[in-house]
This record gives sequence, structure tokens and C-alpha cells, in this order.
Amino acid sequence: MMREVQMDLISGEKLANMTSMEKIRLILDKVKTGKIVVLESGLTPDEEVRLIEMTMTEIRVDEFSGIEIESYPSRKELSFLDRIFGRSLKGRMTVIGPANQLRTIEKDQYQISTKVSVGE
Amino acid sequence: MGVFSGFRESLGAWIGRIFKKKRAKIGLYGPPNSGKTTLANRIIKDWSGGVMGTVSPIPHETRRAVRKEGVQINANGSSIQLDIVDTPGMATKIDFKDFMAFGLDEVEAKRRAKEATEGVIEAIKWLDDLDGVLLIMDATEDPYTQVNVTVIGNMEARKLPLVIVANKMDRPDAFPARIKAAFPQHSMVPVSALEGTNIEELYQAIANHFG
Repeated sequence: MMREVQMDLISGEKLANMTSMEKIRLILDKVKTGKIVVLESGLTPDEEVRLIEMTMTEIRVDEFSGIEIESYPSRKELSFLDRIFGRSLKGRMTVIGPANQLRTIEKDQYQISTKVSVGE
Repeated sequence: MGVFSGFRESLGAWIGRIFKKKRAKIGLYGPPNSGKTTLANRIIKDWSGGVMGTVSPIPHETRRAVRKEGVQINANGSSIQLDIVDTPGMATKIDFKDFMAFGLDEVEAKRRAKEATEGVIEAIKWLDDLDGVLLIMDATEDPYTQVNVTVIGNMEARKLPLVIVANKMDRPDAFPARIKAAFPQHSMVPVSALEGTNIEELYQAIANHFG
């Protein structure tokens, strides 16, 4: 029987209306049940480290070994005008999945290639 | 005693201002096995003697942040006092089975995995308490790891100085140009922490960026 993997693509609009903890909880709850999550607008750098921190507290032997997360490097440093208008570096599209299922094949500034294993 | 120590600290700060001696707390960050502790040991050996920690081919050998205060580095005609924090390797996944591949038994592998998760959390906590970061990358590996992207993103968001160290230049397959192409907006110094190659250039970069 063919196994399926659920992939949830979450819009930037939805993410914009969530707090950092709401985003992190949403991601971990999905990933821990074997889903692949794609965030249209990604996470801020601070949210990324908080996600890693939270992931570490939830690792359990033979249940959950962590996440595979891939996002693009930031485009550039903030320009003078960005600073004047108080703009901050925005997150970019991010893919997150269970470490034992999602594997990154190749990544550069413009493309992330991953493979998803569906297990036995 | 309190008055005396207060006076001593004030005097030290005053002398520091007069002679432009600066102090910075810097963290050594990077993925497991990128050579953070080897580099920390090299810096400590060159400037104050002793060692920072043990090194091992098994990932996550450093599972607690180790701190060395008051390491004075002289470069570019100036002097800087560093408080160096050698942090545990950052990772997004830790599986005890990976340690068993290095010959550890199951009990030891599980213990190491548990401690490694705590080490990652400690490394993240230290980000809030630093003046700058040396991000150590293995120059033989793909630089686009999420740990590298996340640490760089955090330093940029916090507007804190960052120097990328392209380590393991003693290896024939080292390719630092790939790191420079991945993160062109940041200074990068290729070194071999193991052999000390090009380490003087790193000290100059430390003085320039953190001094």
C-alpha cells in the first residue's frame, strides 16, 4: 500500500497574524505527527532559534529526533532607506519536517532541494 | 574589601580608556565538529596558555559552554581583552543512534544525546549575552546549513559583529570560496585551527571587528 505524506503550506497572511509561540507550536505539532510544513514568509531569525530551542526540549528517544529546517540566507543587509523606515530583515520561504523523513539534497541562495522519505 | 575591589575596577576601566584597551565577550559558534574547541584551544594557547576543552571526532564533544575570561590579544597595534565562550555545537536534530555509529554503547549514546540537546539550548541562551560571534564553518562542507543561516540571521538582526572562520584549511578538499559566495556580506578568514595556518590574519580580524 502506498504511504502518503501530508504537506501543509501556510500563507504569509496567516503567519503575520500569529505570535512567535503560536507559530512555533503550530510547526512542532504538525512536524511531530509526520507532516511537512512550508511557510510562505518563513520565520524571523529570533523565531528560528526559539524553534530550535523548543525542538531540543521535545526530543524523545525513539519518538522524535528533531527537525530538518531549511530557509534561504537573508538577501542582504538593510539599506539606508530600510533603516530610516524602520524595516527589519524578513524571513524567507522555509520548509520544515521531521528529521527522520525530510532530507536536504542541495541548497543555495535560490533553491532548496529536499527529499521526503515515507518509510516502510 | 568591596571598596577596594570597586576602586580596582574603576582604575582598570580608567586605564583601559586611556590606553584604548577594549574588552568584548565573543562566542564561538558553529555546527558540531566544525572545529570550535580546536580554535578556542589555539587562541588560548597563543595568548594565555592552557586549553579550553577536549576535542574528539565524535560530534557534540562540547556539551556545556566553556568560558575563558581576560584573554588579551594584540594585533594591528592595538590590544583587546576577550572573554571567550566556546559553545556546544548547534543542531536541529540529535539522534542517539548517530553516536552509536562512533562505537558508543546505547546507554552512553543516549546520555550523550540528552546532554547534547541541553548544550544546544545553552548555546542559544548565550546569544543574548555576547558582543560578537566567531562563526566557525568546516571549509570542506556545504556552508548553506541551517545552523549557519540561523546564526548569521541572528547576528544581523541584533546588529552585532560577526567574523566567519573557514576552518580545516589543512584539508585538501577545503573550499573557502564557497563560503564567501554564500555569505558575501560578512568578513571571512580561512584558517587551520589545527595547524595554526593563517591564524595571525584571524587575530587582526578579531581586533578590527571586536575592538
